[in-house]
Amino acid sequence: MAEIFVLAEHRQGQLRDITFEMLTKAREIAEKTNAGLTTVLLGKNVRELAKTLAEYSPKVLLVEDGKLENFNSEAYQKVLSHLITQRKPVLTIIGHTSYGVELAPRLAAALNVPLATDCIDFGFEGEAFTVTRQMYGGKVNAKAVLRKSESYMVTVRQAAFQAQKPSVPINGQIEEIPSPLTEEITSKRFLEYVLPPPGGVDITAADVLVGIGRGIKDQSNIPMVEELAKSLGGVLACSRPIVDKGWLPSDRQVGTSGKTVKPKLYLALGISGAFQHVLGMKNSDLIIAVNKDPKAPIFSFSDYGVVEDLFKIVPVLKNKINELKAQKSS
Amino acid sequence: MDIIVCVKHVPETAEAELKIDATGKGIEKSGLVFDINEWDDYALEEAVRIKEKFGGTVTAITVGSEDSDSTLRKCLARGADKAIRLTDPKFAGSDAYATAKILYNAIKNMRFDIILTGAQAGDDGSAVVGPVLAEFLKIPHATMVKKIEFADGKAIVNRELEGGLEERLEVKLPALFTIQTGINEPRYVSIMGIRKAMQKEIKVMGLADIGLGENEVGEAGSWLTIERLYVPPVEKQAEFLTGSPDEIASKIVEILKSKGLI
Repeated sequence: MAEIFVLAEHRQGQLRDITFEMLTKAREIAEKTNAGLTTVLLGKNVRELAKTLAEYSPKVLLVEDGKLENFNSEAYQKVLSHLITQRKPVLTIIGHTSYGVELAPRLAAALNVPLATDCIDFGFEGEAFTVTRQMYGGKVNAKAVLRKSESYMVTVRQAAFQAQKPSVPINGQIEEIPSPLTEEITSKRFLEYVLPPPGGVDITAADVLVGIGRGIKDQSNIPMVEELAKSLGGVLACSRPIVDKGWLPSDRQVGTSGKTVKPKLYLALGISGAFQHVLGMKNSDLIIAVNKDPKAPIFSFSDYGVVEDLFKIVPVLKNKINELKAQKSS
Repeated sequence: MDIIVCVKHVPETAEAELKIDATGKGIEKSGLVFDINEWDDYALEEAVRIKEKFGGTVTAITVGSEDSDSTLRKCLARGADKAIRLTDPKFAGSDAYATAKILYNAIKNMRFDIILTGAQAGDDGSAVVGPVLAEFLKIPHATMVKKIEFADGKAIVNRELEGGLEERLEVKLPALFTIQTGINEPRYVSIMGIRKAMQKEIKVMGLADIGLGENEVGEAGSWLTIERLYVPPVEKQAEFLTGSPDEIASKIVEILKSKGLI
């Protein structure tokens, strides 16, 4: 029977959300194509994680080795090359995460298995294996086909699929495979995790966030939006480019590489809405977005949208709020 | 240190409205401004900084048409010593995998200590070229790098993980690193710098020069072929507030009042 591999992703003793998202999609494909679903778990002292995975996957291949204690793409590549060559899965699914990006392209090239990265959908269509992925920062979707092969590989975008428990309980079988790693990996070594420096402002605790993006254009415009945030009793947050430019500290960044926030109001100014940002703020109670581009993806995640230059809206809005507050207090 | 930086000439689309072209497989490029890929911009800056600190050379290399010369000129103006453009009609339709093959065949006989690429490109967002190139060259790699230091012939790099966390790795040289945005502050180029760069040579090589066959590049040599592009379906659409800025601001205030936010 054909077999589908899902690579379990975990860090510091925790299985990561992407693992369950991948398993949900993999179960669907396995059912449709009558294939077996196998989760591959690499690590050290991770048998408890294997037991959890066995509730989601009929088979769990477990490889334990001290050299797999922390993620190392070279160690992972050796073990996965061994498993894929031996068992010839029709499809290997890996997260499009920091780990997956480090591992999958090189693994695929070494095995000459066609790979599509950052997929938001994928599956077998007749003889072909097709994927959907986004281009141009999420403004365009591409339907693409992988070169015909006996084995395919994809990396999956975070939160592209909603994790679900199997409808029928699975009591999967855990199969322990002896580690094929014979020697230490010396070309690349994990040293340590580095925690972000503690910041002055906790944006996750704010009720009102004014989020700014590229549309803010220049650092000199930041005081203007900061004043608006103050008028609203909130604080400034931002998308990645603002931190990259050094205009705001990294503790203000919302998104996959920053914080996840859920304020009562998220006012998005000049943010296009790349999925990395959206994942960090889409569960806010009320989202109002201002952007010049009517097709900006942010409008698909907002309750209210304004297609206008933010520099025309912000000063007027700030005045109106201040007037209202002055009326109330008088 | 001799450093090779792989760059890509891409359209700036963050604030542009995009249209699918007549083939249905690409976007309409007219009216779009092209520039160096944002991630590559940081990679180039990092290369120049390493050169300034340790000496050596920086070579910028790209796969693309003649239009890419403006990106290569920008690299030269910013401190690259040499520029190479890999151009051939047969390269058209190459995906990230085929592009890595083209780069590998051009680079394999060159001297280098480090190769830098952007962590991904703003157009296709694959994040594939760097690590595949490292596999072809059989050198270690690290992706999404936010800091590079050197000690005893090794690099110590910080990689970006999720949620603000990073990991530190020790990597033996020669190695390839894909650079994440925000690692540095790319410098501005003076008019003088651009003028000087106009006089520097851009070396152009094609399929035959790098010893690849037709079937190894383009669609034939690729993993992935685009069938069609489409505008993502909108699952939920915001209610648009219209009118003059004053009217819009009033509407926002009403909404905030109704939700008890002001």
